Amino acid sequence: MPTAYTEKINRTIADADLQLAVYTATGRLQQNRRNVVAPDVLPEYQDLRTQANALKKHTIENLDYYLERVEAAVAHNGGKTVFCRDGDEVADFILNLAKERGAHLIVKSKSMTTEEVHLNDRLEQHHLEAVETDLGEYIIQLAHERPYHIVAPALHMTRYQVADLFEKKLGVGHEVVVEKQTMIARATLREKFLAAGIGITGANFVVAESGAVVVVENEGNARLSSSAPKIHIAIAGIEKLIPRAQDLAVFLKLLGRSATGQPMTVYTSFLSGPRREGEIDGPEEFYLILLDNGRTKLLADRDKRESLYCIRCGACLNTCPVYRKIGGHNYPWVYSGPIGAIITPQFVGVQQDPWLPFTSSLCGACAEVCPVKIDIPRILLELRSEAVEMKTREGSNKWEKLAFRLWSWVMKRPRLYEAASLFASGVAPAVEAGKWVRSLPGFMNVGPVKAWTSVRDLPPQPEQSFRALWRARQGGSR
Amino acid sequence: MPRDQMLHKVQTALGRSAGQPPASAPPVWLRIPEIPVERRIATFREKLEALAAKTAHVRTPREAANYVESVIAGRDAVASNAPYLAECGVTALAGVRTGFTESSALRAACSTTAVGVTSADYALSETGTLVMIASPSEARLISLLPPVHIAVVPLERLLTGLDELFTRVPDPAAITSSMVMITGPSRTADIEQILVRGVHGPGELHVVLVGEG
Ligand code: SF4
Repeated sequence: MPTAYTEKINRTIADADLQLAVYTATGRLQQNRRNVVAPDVLPEYQDLRTQANALKKHTIENLDYYLERVEAAVAHNGGKTVFCRDGDEVADFILNLAKERGAHLIVKSKSMTTEEVHLNDRLEQHHLEAVETDLGEYIIQLAHERPYHIVAPALHMTRYQVADLFEKKLGVGHEVVVEKQTMIARATLREKFLAAGIGITGANFVVAESGAVVVVENEGNARLSSSAPKIHIAIAGIEKLIPRAQDLAVFLKLLGRSATGQPMTVYTSFLSGPRREGEIDGPEEFYLILLDNGRTKLLADRDKRESLYCIRCGACLNTCPVYRKIGGHNYPWVYSGPIGAIITPQFVGVQQDPWLPFTSSLCGACAEVCPVKIDIPRILLELRSEAVEMKTREGSNKWEKLAFRLWSWVMKRPRLYEAASLFASGVAPAVEAGKWVRSLPGFMNVGPVKAWTSVRDLPPQPEQSFRALWRARQGGSR
Repeated sequence: MPRDQMLHKVQTALGRSAGQPPASAPPVWLRIPEIPVERRIATFREKLEALAAKTAHVRTPREAANYVESVIAGRDAVASNAPYLAECGVTALAGVRTGFTESSALRAACSTTAVGVTSADYALSETGTLVMIASPSEARLISLLPPVHIAVVPLERLLTGLDELFTRVPDPAAITSSMVMITGPSRTADIEQILVRGVHGPGELHVVLVGEG
């Protein structure tokens, strides 16, 4: 791990306010989720997960078919599908369109996909104003930061920081009451909505047969972005496809519950093209941008393809002891937490940040809460072994030691023992034993024991714990 | 062309050939529970009130109009073109403008008015959700721009939940460019997880169910 990262992580760990903010927020989100997926509240929860996993698997395995299908359906609705390889192509398309239509102001609703390609910076370079309209996103845009959490982008900021920011950037008084801060943002952004020529939204789902995007939110900013301006552009990764509108009955029951503990978010918009004959309002033009940006590379890897099932609910972040400790800004890319640790190396290459797959205690909690049943720990192990192979070729072990220091930091927390007991009792996700075994030798070769003992305050006999854990894992579950 | 390249890349990655039909999709998974209307009403109201929305259940369209009048309380309102609102007499109430068929006039009215009145196409009991389908009868902005939203919903439209909705409307794209499900007033918890209502959409939501339960 590069020193800059270790220093940043140390700073995060030393920041008591930040630690408390992240711990409290993720703890609350976890609890909210638990309350609404409990067997007495949602008896079909496990069936829904199984069904969601099967639907995602099917769509991903037949993705070329569904891509053509959605393209035809969007055209049928009077819209246009734009396939983009990377952020440059996305920006080029939007810039051209804005120029042709004479649009100077763009309103945006929360989209991790646009964060991925730094769309705002690209548009700004060409003197297009792109305003984030989700309150949290708006705040971090003003602060020039990136989202701290997939679902709660400004989770790390206090009302006092927001007051300073609004005072400096919006020229308003120092307002520390959250309700009033929200109303300041509402008034400022309302003007933008009504003046914007283009609205950009993300998409939680893209419905192939309908040529529709589905956007879930609580504030109403995605509704405004997609209804008020003359042009609506929806941007989605190609993995967001689902076959049919009826499949939403499965996915919508899982997404809000897993993300924030809401059985339904306040607004769920099913948007299929521009305003139709007779309809009173809505955009005149609709574009669906389908982005690759590394996804096809990932698709080729049969063993890790399931990383593309992710519906970005953030549940794995909230439950992850590492995320909860190091927070969202110590991951190298826009996606943080367990899902970030598995997709970042696959999108940008393992060599970029070889320590990343090690930022996990492998406690299995992420897989347990994942609504689409992605086997995150297994994929982490595979990535570790890839990173180790690569490292062996390079003959460098600096990052490895530092990664393990981080890992051991987490491992020595009481949570470890909680995690270990989860593992042993077989609550951890079912994994084909063969795959684990295949990955393990490479992983053990790293010399974790060596790395561990280089850290002074280790818990007693961590190596033993790991072995015990491993034995239990092999013998104790299927 | 990026399109063809991308499709080709996807096909190569998956080991599929161009034009190859897909494997059969997992069957649709919809389960509609049998729930008597009284229970549906009670659950719907309970769920919505838990989200700080106001609800009422009245027996006649006339009573519905009275309720709407009391919420409007002398302020300006814009009502949708839903025939049911006219039937109830809501559109004839003092201060209520309706009959907008043109986008810019509607937008201008909605950006200044205090109250938007609609008649949802469906309501979902399980979650306290309103289903708004854009059409000549229902515009998108009436339930969005004004700070207060009132929905008047006849009981026949109260369904159990998502599964029943997607059974009745298997593909919304076949009938509309926009179907929005609304579950409670607009809200955010983006600053210190403190709940604030009415961030961009209406902060106040009233739902009147109409009919003999
Ligand atoms: S990996 Fe699973 S739990 Fe994590 S964000 Fe994606 S869908 Fe949610």
